[in-house]
Parts: sequence; structure tokens; C-alpha cells
Amino acid sequence: MSIENPKIPVEKLSTGIEGFDLISQGGLPKGRTTLITGTAGSAKTVFAAQFLAEGIRKTDEPGVFVTFEEHPAEIRKNLLSMNWNIAEWEERGLWRFVDASPQPGDEAIESGEFDLGALLARIEHAVRTVNAKRISIDSLGAVFTLFSNALLVRSELRRLSAALKGIGVTAVMTAERTQEFGEIARFGVEEFVADNVIILRNVLEAEKRRRTIEILKFRGTTHQKGEYPFTVLPDQGIIIIPISAIELKQRSSAMRVPSGSPEMDRMCGGGFFRDSLILVSGATGCGKTLMTAEFIGGGAKKGEKSLLFAYEESREQLLRNAHGWGIDFEALEQDNLLRMVCAYPESAGLEDHLIAIKREIDAFKPDRVAVDSVSAMERVGTDRGFREFIISLASFVKHREIPGMFTATTATLMGGPSVTESHFSSITDTIILLRYVEMLGEMRRGVTVLKMRGSMHEKDIREFTISDKGMHIGKPFRNIIGILTGKPEYLNIDNADRLSGMFQD
Amino acid sequence: MSVCEKFLLRLYITGHTPRSERAIKNLRRICEHDLSGVYEMRVIDILEQPQLAEDEKILATPTLIKVLPPPLRRIIGDLSDTEKVLLGLDLLPVDLNLQ
Repeated sequence: MSIENPKIPVEKLSTGIEGFDLISQGGLPKGRTTLITGTAGSAKTVFAAQFLAEGIRKTDEPGVFVTFEEHPAEIRKNLLSMNWNIAEWEERGLWRFVDASPQPGDEAIESGEFDLGALLARIEHAVRTVNAKRISIDSLGAVFTLFSNALLVRSELRRLSAALKGIGVTAVMTAERTQEFGEIARFGVEEFVADNVIILRNVLEAEKRRRTIEILKFRGTTHQKGEYPFTVLPDQGIIIIPISAIELKQRSSAMRVPSGSPEMDRMCGGGFFRDSLILVSGATGCGKTLMTAEFIGGGAKKGEKSLLFAYEESREQLLRNAHGWGIDFEALEQDNLLRMVCAYPESAGLEDHLIAIKREIDAFKPDRVAVDSVSAMERVGTDRGFREFIISLASFVKHREIPGMFTATTATLMGGPSVTESHFSSITDTIILLRYVEMLGEMRRGVTVLKMRGSMHEKDIREFTISDKGMHIGKPFRNIIGILTGKPEYLNIDNADRLSGMFQD
Repeated sequence: MSVCEKFLLRLYITGHTPRSERAIKNLRRICEHDLSGVYEMRVIDILEQPQLAEDEKILATPTLIKVLPPPLRRIIGDLSDTEKVLLGLDLLPVDLNLQ
């Protein structure tokens, strides 16, 4: 067995699993064994297989897959759905199975002492044959069910673990656990096989499944702590969303872009910042989608491409509405200045939506992004999941250094706080409030710039109207207070003048 | 005892350890006693021929495989429990009937 030089820190092997290398700060400890534990259906086998697949696809590192549960033919078939052609890799000598799955109708009779020397010899043989750098063993729990003597299995697995270290391959072993929170794995395998433990969870919370990955320990090296959400996509496997591992390092720009409405530009002190996030909050029907349309139209006038994610309206509705405001979305699409992605929030999980959004942005490379509305996503996930979705989305858009407009629908018609706002407001640069204002028996609309980082902005609440030419921002409301709280009160003009006079000088 | 079928046996071992030697000795003894003249026994060292273990999907050593007569059976261990070996070779029930 090789003795590691204590002066050299633990090296890491980049796994190639999206997001994992970020949360593990470089990958799995090289030349060591990592235990992957999780309940049934927590994607352990996918992780184990993907570890090998990414090695083959990204760095041409051959791998050995030891299976105690599923037959190799099943694994080949199942993973073909991920577009991993294992049979082809086997032909090219990049992937090799060690088949230790139960053989049909074959229960061995035990007579006297034995060990798992044959298995070890087969694994070593396979590793040598393909010159493997990676090995996955799925799963340890199944080994215990094959033999009656658990003590013997333990000592043999320990021997296997030591042997793998000796060969110098980086190993992943999976093990079952019975509960999402509780003992790390059945049969206490974590105690003797691995210095490194990763837990996969698939928790049911408020009728929604939420997958997370947690690195519990990496002996002698660092990693990010806590749980990270992940998803399993049919053609990509595991994708981890490294929320808190995201670095706040985006640059900041003083360059302004037009909002699409000259009056709004004036209210914001000359337009939005190019790399800012703008939250537009308001009750249903008070003009959020209109602001989005103006934002897209304003970009198009400068030849900027916009990408619109619509979660409340269909394409046809959007086309019709925008047309009603004098903006021709269809023409913009034809000129490749706009791409609309319409989806029901319920059509996928939050993680899947997030990945879809990232993909669209990467593919279309827009100059502006709009999401109408972000708050529609509240329905899909848990509270925590939604918060992570928003943070991840916001940081992704910011990293592109493009302006992003996100709309949020308030819970009540007269305004008031929304979950989206409470999660979102601290990471947005600009907040625009749209409010209904009841005035002398009439519904009017008000708009104000509540916050704008790094810029002077107008403090007035202005009235705005909507026509077939779009949005028109008019004069400030002078004799009304309490618009933002949703309980407007009138002051007569004299009082209003006296009040504003009090603060002069 | 009326054993007239030919027995084809394969014993897989990993190196010539004391346990391997014990298994070989035990098997010889049982075969000479119960299958004299009708058995063919082959010892395979997995360390020398790992592919053969792969083909037969052997996990534990020593493993005895009864290839013939059917059905195919596996007995793992150093074969020190003679009764279990006879059971695995389908020889025990016959024995019991005779008694």
C-alpha cells in the first residue's frame, strides 16, 4: 500500500458533475474512497454511474463499475436514457463492469470459512485491464444480504477499501439508509469504509419532493457545508445548484440602458443600470406585464435582444396584449430580437425550471432578460426551495452583466408584502412599485421607484395611464397619503401644501 | 450408494493459502468417500486466472461449483462442514434414504 506524503495536501479529482466540483471545492478526494449514502430513490446509482461517465466524457479516464444490485444489462439500459452509451465505452475499453449482482436461482450454500478474495481479485483485475482511474461500487448494503456473516462482510469491505487505496483509484461507494435524517447508513458501513461521506436526500415536504446533496465530511480537506438542491435531468444526470457557493464577484457598471419609457428613465435618473436587477411589484392587472413589454420594446429599439420567460400567460395572450400597447412581439421575434418561453410553473420542479432558464440564456445570449412573474413560481416549491430559486436566478443573471426585470404579484389587490418581495428585495438593485389608487370613486394607477442602488431617483408616486401606445407616466399624486400601505387617505390641497411647506428649508 | 453419474466439480481459490489448502483437502476427502471414481475435480486459482472468476461471477473464495450433474450449485467456504457439502452436491437426501 502506498503511504501518502503528509506534507502534500489532499488532492482532489474533478468529477465533472455539474455544480459538484464547486460545492466540494474541487471534486472528490483523489485516490480515496467516498461513501454516497441515501434512501431508496435518492439517485445514488446515478451519482455512482455519472462519476464514471463524466470521467470518460470529459477527461478520458476509464472507470470500473462494480454492481451488487442491478444486472449490468439493466444499468446499460437505464443509463442509455441519459445518453450514456456504456456498451460503446465497454468496447473502447473505457468502462468495465464487475458483475456481482445476484444470479437467478443461485443461493450459495455456506460450508466453513471463506472470504471475498475472489471479488477483490476481480476488481483489481478489472482496474488493471482498463487502467481505471475511477471506480464505483453500488451498493454496499446489497453485499450484506448476500452473506449471513455480517462481521465477515465488514472486515472484507475494509480490506477492499484498503486495497483500493493501494491501487490509487478514486472510489465512490454507495450505501442505503432507512431514514432521511438519522443514522448515516445501514450496517454502519460509514465507520469502516470511508473517510469521506456524502448524503443524498429526497425529502417530501408539503407534498413536494426536494432533492439535496450534503457533503458530511472530507477527511483532511475542505468543502462547502450544508445541503444543496439538485435535480436529475433525463439527458444530463445530476445537476447541483450551488446556491451559497455562488460568489459575489460580479462587476458593476455605471452604464445606463433605457427602460423603454422615457418618463421612467427620468424617474430613475437616466435609465436602469446595465447590470442591474429590477423588481416590479404590483397587484394583478396593474401593469407589470406592460412594464416588461416596454422594457423589451426599449431594448429592441437599440437592437438589443430580449429573452422573456412568461409563467402566467400563453404566447398568444402575450402577443395580443403587447399588440394592444403598440408593441409587436411577433415582428421582434422574426428579427431575432425577442425569444418568448412560456411555461406553466407546475410543469416542472423549481430546480428544473432554473436549469431550463440558464440553458435558454446560454443559448439565446440575450441583452435583457425578463421573468413575468417570478411569484408564480411560489406555487411550485417549498418556501426554502423558492428562496434558493430566486437567489440562484438573480445571481445567474447578474453574472451575465445584463439587466433583468422580474415581476412579482402582490397577494392583495391593494398592495402589501409578498413572499417574492421579501426574498428578492435585498438582492435587487431597483424596486419599482405599481399600485392601484382609489381616488374619488375611481381606480387609478400609481408608480414609484422605491429603491435604486447607486443612483438618485425620484421619490414621487406618479400616476400612470395605459393606452394603445403603452405606458404614460404623469404627475405625482399630491393630495393622497397611504398609497403604499394600500389605505389611501385624502388630504385637502391646503393641508398638503402646508405639509410640504413644513419640510422646506 | 448408487452414484453412477459423472460429477464435474470446480474449486475456485485465491492463492495457496491455508484456507485454500484446507478446502482442497476437504473436497478430496469427501469425493474419495462418496464419489470415488465418478468425479472430476479442477482447482482454479483466481489470482492466476481472474477472468475465469469474472465469467463465473465468483465473489467468495473458496467456492465450489458443481457443474455436472445439473442443477448447477455453489458451495462457499473451506468445506469443513461435510454435511453442507453433501447437501450442496445433492448427495445427502440419497444418503438419508439409504439409512
